[in-house]
Amino acid sequence: MKIYWELFCTFFRIGAITFGGGYAMLPILQREVVDGKGWCTDGELTDYFAIGQCTPGIIAVNTATFIGFKQKGVPGGIVATYGLVAPSFLIIGLIAALLQNFADYAVVQNAFAGIRVAVTVLILNAVIKLLKSSVVDKLTACVFAAVAVAAWFLDLSPVLFVLLAGALGIAVKVGGEALKK
Amino acid sequence: MICLQLFWEFFKTGLFAVGGGLATLPFLYDMGARTGWFTAHQVADMLAVSESTPGPIGINMAVYTGYTSAGVLGSVCALVGIVTPSIIVILLIAAALRAFRDNKYVNGAFYGIRPASTGLIAAAGLTVAVGSLLNTSAWTGWDKFWTVFNWKAIALAAVIFAVSKAFKKLHPVFLILIGALAGAVFRFAGV
Repeated sequence: MKIYWELFCTFFRIGAITFGGGYAMLPILQREVVDGKGWCTDGELTDYFAIGQCTPGIIAVNTATFIGFKQKGVPGGIVATYGLVAPSFLIIGLIAALLQNFADYAVVQNAFAGIRVAVTVLILNAVIKLLKSSVVDKLTACVFAAVAVAAWFLDLSPVLFVLLAGALGIAVKVGGEALKK
Repeated sequence: MICLQLFWEFFKTGLFAVGGGLATLPFLYDMGARTGWFTAHQVADMLAVSESTPGPIGINMAVYTGYTSAGVLGSVCALVGIVTPSIIVILLIAAALRAFRDNKYVNGAFYGIRPASTGLIAAAGLTVAVGSLLNTSAWTGWDKFWTVFNWKAIALAAVIFAVSKAFKKLHPVFLILIGALAGAVFRFAGV
């Protein structure tokens, strides 16, 4: 029972301090789930984000379901997911009920512009950390650079990049072994 | 009745919106137009609130829309509706991955996918950086290219980066707090 409570509370905390969507959640996940609880590795986190970007639904939710499932199967996945969304429910409910023009307050707009700067730095730090677990040789370095540049300049679906990179990975790893034999 | 409808509408959004919270926007515009629950202008307001409060944007949008349309019960229905497809799809994929964890094809695929995923995250981070560190609207041409830099924001980013490197054990929430305080005190949005 304790692990379910821990899953709920950890993802509740993550949901309460994630500003600006799935990518902003990444550094907080690294701190809470990878370094803090040891529930998954940086490499697994990258896998979850890749799958989350190619499957329906919100990336943050998909990642929570994955990590919860890894700990405690189907109920774990459900508990982690509802832990993640519970703060949204409380905060947005409160704002919708009491402060309809919340986003128009000058102090909110100014604070949020500052938060975006902080989130930029957090994502930069997260990417540096992920590079250590995902870029392991020259080929993976090329894949990283090619996808980062292509995704920035071309308006293509992330699904395409993930499928191509997956096919390349299979060709190199499985095909490479077959050639050696 | 409207609650069942909310559940169904957000279930469809959760099932078809691939790629995160902002991908739900076109579905919301369509939903408002078809059901009359809210106007396109209200969607813009909801987006502003969703982006300036903690939590995944898609989830915040669902809760806000549900609440605006049918109160607390409506927000519960919309919330459960939008997360249910994700939960089902991911549980299936996670179970399949667990079964094929040692498969050489799966391992090969992830060897290629990991750097690609990091690349996608880097590109998304760059979009966030452009939005927070540059004033793209101030661009007048190459002869005065420096006007595009938001020096106040760049200085804050440098300070926060230095703090994050100097105190590696510091929880990210404190960096977010520094950002919020500096933003409010130095009027980062210019209002």
